[in-house]
Amino acid sequence: MGSVQLNLVLYSAEVILLLTLLFSLVVSMLSKNRALTLFTALLGLGLAFIDACFLYQYMPQFYFTSQLSHDNFSLFFKLFFIVISAFTLLFAYESKEIDQSRFPEFILLTLSVTIGMSTLVASINLLALYLSLELVSIVSYALAGFRKENRFSNEASLKYLLYGAAASGTLLYGFSLLYGITGSLNLYSISAALGSAYMEPFALYAILLMILFGFGFKMSMVPFHMWAPDVYQGAPTPTAAFFTVAPKIAGIAIFIRFFFTVFSNQTTTPGQWDAIPYLNWPVLIAILSAATMTLGNLSALFQKNAKRMLAYSSIAHAGYMLMGIVVLNHSGLVAILFYAVIYALMNFGAFFVVGIVGNTYKNEDIENFKGLGWKSPLLAIPMAIFLFSLTGLPPLGGFIGKVYLFWALVEQDYYWLLIFAILNTVISLYYYAYIVKEMFLDRPQDKTQVHVSPLATGILVTLSVPLVILGIYWEPLYTYLSSSLRFIVTP
Amino acid sequence: MELPNFIYHHLLSWMIFLPVIGMLVISVLPNAKKEAMKWVASGFTLLPLLLGIALFLNFDRQEAGLQFMEQYSWIPTFNIHYFVGADGLSVTMILLTALLSFLCIFASWNIKEGLKGYLCMFLLLEAGMMGVFCALDFFLFYVFWEVMLLPMYFLIGIWGGPKKEYAAIKFFLYTLFGSVLMLVAMLAFYFYSEPHTFSLVELSKPGTLVVKDLTLFGIALSAAAFKKMLFIFLFIGFAIKVPIFPFHTWLPLAHVEAPTPISVILAGVLLKMGTYGLLRISFPILPQETYWFSYALAIFGLINIVYGALCAMAQITLSEKKGGNDLKKLIAYSSISHMGYVILGMSVFTIEGINGAVFQMFNHGITTAMLFLLVGVIYDRVHHRKIDGFGGLGVQVPIYTGIVSLAFFASLGLPGLSSFISEALVFLGAFKVYPSITVLATLGIILNAAFFLWALQKIFLGPLNQKYINLKDVSARELFTLVPLGILVVFLGIYPMPVLDLMKQTLDQILILIQAA
Repeated sequence: MGSVQLNLVLYSAEVILLLTLLFSLVVSMLSKNRALTLFTALLGLGLAFIDACFLYQYMPQFYFTSQLSHDNFSLFFKLFFIVISAFTLLFAYESKEIDQSRFPEFILLTLSVTIGMSTLVASINLLALYLSLELVSIVSYALAGFRKENRFSNEASLKYLLYGAAASGTLLYGFSLLYGITGSLNLYSISAALGSAYMEPFALYAILLMILFGFGFKMSMVPFHMWAPDVYQGAPTPTAAFFTVAPKIAGIAIFIRFFFTVFSNQTTTPGQWDAIPYLNWPVLIAILSAATMTLGNLSALFQKNAKRMLAYSSIAHAGYMLMGIVVLNHSGLVAILFYAVIYALMNFGAFFVVGIVGNTYKNEDIENFKGLGWKSPLLAIPMAIFLFSLTGLPPLGGFIGKVYLFWALVEQDYYWLLIFAILNTVISLYYYAYIVKEMFLDRPQDKTQVHVSPLATGILVTLSVPLVILGIYWEPLYTYLSSSLRFIVTP
Repeated sequence: MELPNFIYHHLLSWMIFLPVIGMLVISVLPNAKKEAMKWVASGFTLLPLLLGIALFLNFDRQEAGLQFMEQYSWIPTFNIHYFVGADGLSVTMILLTALLSFLCIFASWNIKEGLKGYLCMFLLLEAGMMGVFCALDFFLFYVFWEVMLLPMYFLIGIWGGPKKEYAAIKFFLYTLFGSVLMLVAMLAFYFYSEPHTFSLVELSKPGTLVVKDLTLFGIALSAAAFKKMLFIFLFIGFAIKVPIFPFHTWLPLAHVEAPTPISVILAGVLLKMGTYGLLRISFPILPQETYWFSYALAIFGLINIVYGALCAMAQITLSEKKGGNDLKKLIAYSSISHMGYVILGMSVFTIEGINGAVFQMFNHGITTAMLFLLVGVIYDRVHHRKIDGFGGLGVQVPIYTGIVSLAFFASLGLPGLSSFISEALVFLGAFKVYPSITVLATLGIILNAAFFLWALQKIFLGPLNQKYINLKDVSARELFTLVPLGILVVFLGIYPMPVLDLMKQTLDQILILIQAA
């Protein structure tokens, strides 16, 4: 097989996504049937998923002239993002916030972000990285402002745009400096250049901060999180669910790839890394991680709007995931991937329930949950599972995810960060349990029935049942994720 | 009694998971079939009780180690096992759990609203409690420990009294705080053991746990200091459950607000988990640290005994406005006092002391269950619990009066009733080691006698309160829940050996471990 073809084969999942995007647009023009459009998109996503599974048979390698890397790491995230966007489309189909006639647009935008994200996590070149990041960002601004007539949605979009522009500008500036001192755009060459000669630490710290701004913005890391609550609250709920899961995880994924390729060296012990000697970035990340989770949880405590509360909670969870990066070893990174999967299930699920309840009440006040457990247990019981899993209580997946993160910290004696994390867990119980309290401990105040369609029930089951199963038996997932952490270490 | 092999070899697993099966059965029953649900629930709590009796009969009393063990690999990559077993320490607690759970289903007979959810939660709670007492893998122990939290939260929060929401979340937050500290200790144990293991049996073997020096918050921490820190973490986790002063503030609230059967389970079983955890995990794994901490433990025991008793006393002397005058609160505080005896007995490392402590755990489970059931009986009839709101009931409800007197006397440690024996053993053991503390602790006995007798007088003696001339005596269903406990109290007071025999060998073993350190 010629190298051009091989390149295209390795990129075929994204190509399928692109074709799906175009094809569903065509279908939507021919037929006004939303279900048909949705079906087309889902079919395409399914094909892309299967295709990505087949890509596992190709050896890890660089392609597109070393712009992208084909490895288990990027493949895993490819699959991950495809599944998330499938759920997002289903959610949007169920949601009344997405105008019926504009559903095809939503598909188009979501799939574009998905292409952006799966390219992003495969990028090993600063330019490809920046380009795909921008693809994700720019389309996201449009998604955030999807409800054109809604003031908050517009505010969200504008805020996201302004903040995003600043972030990517800073990131680009950091990249240019990095290019300036190392003379290369390729992550591996940069790493080699940094490893071979002493660099001025001040310049490196400046670069580090700029890059942190860029990536930290995507994953809503403190202090670059200010946009997040307003954007998540203002955006339509399906979009918010998508944002809190997909681009955030993409941010963390590229963070892992970038920092572990550029700013650290594999030591003699397999699965252990060292930060490059004159740049102690792990401590910086540890502090930011502690700040992120604490700020997210404390701000979530007194929210009256469920969406805003979940927005703050998603900031806190970014903080938890960052803990895995700090410890600089294999188990910490696998813990992040594990947590990412669990987090996607539970956070998406929680947003989904908020969206369904919001369909009936037209707003997302926590008050609306009063007595939900008595009115429609089918909605309330999965919600309780999502929330308790977000807290991290066994026997739910969230607990196992947290245990792995804590585990990595204990392994490296990072007890101070661990203390922060466990205190945050206790704090977070208060606000998650607050919704549970409204649902079950309080009696219904009005007679409004919340309608749950069969499709919604199906989605709730597919999201909540795995959380319970993974809380009891998670070995296969862990093994798979452990093997997903192979990115190519040397060029 | 002959049991089929598939039951006999998995006896403990059946005891843990039968309630879960019951929960699934109930969850598919139609909502209208309330009677059927209750009978299914009682059936699925009766079965573990019967298996418990089989366990009692087949338990080898000469064996100090574990019996009825089952071990299966669960998560091989991290050496996590499904590992259960019973020894003299856990078997008494398993029996207590099975018995109280069964009786509490009958005490729940009047629950109307959301019966299905109630029974499901109750059965899940039983499974969690059984699991905690059977688990021999720390990870499994932790999972069961936390699994109990959720049903408890709902049971207090949905079916509780006026301040149920506050009580439920306070209970939840306190216990979660304790258990995350335990989680830290658990992970540390795993990493400092060679080979890495969660097995409590392996960890208890001297030499398995090898802690190295480390730096914490930039301060160099020696291995010994770090182990002490782990001990403190575990201690806080368990102390919240016991509860040991000053971690007790959730208890009066939760016990008072919870519905009667849940108060029974809380006081009868859940409190024991704290002391059980100390004996099962802290003592054998960290014997040196236990020894180091023993004096403090004795002081904590003393504080609990006296402080709990004084608070109970205050329920009689204080008016309702000042938070007093509540019979249920009185019993809740008396629990704190009685758990103090357990702590004191554990802290001295003498044969009498530790046997007394575990026997006291069992006895307190029975007597406090009776007390809470009895409060429930009267509350169902008159809908208040004000101690001075009754008066002269002795004439009107003689059977009830008799049972309350029995329970009160058992609680205050009247000779001839079971608590006397355990308290006497505790004092015997403690006096040898800490005479001054023990002398001070006897103050608790006097206070206990005082407030129980005072309460008895206020409620049952004197002229009959005219409001209650139509008060009905205990019903057959209520008698059914009370009589077995009453019989046990009397029987074990006269002949305690059946229970003492069960635990003696194992407790000796724990003592040897600590004395070696």
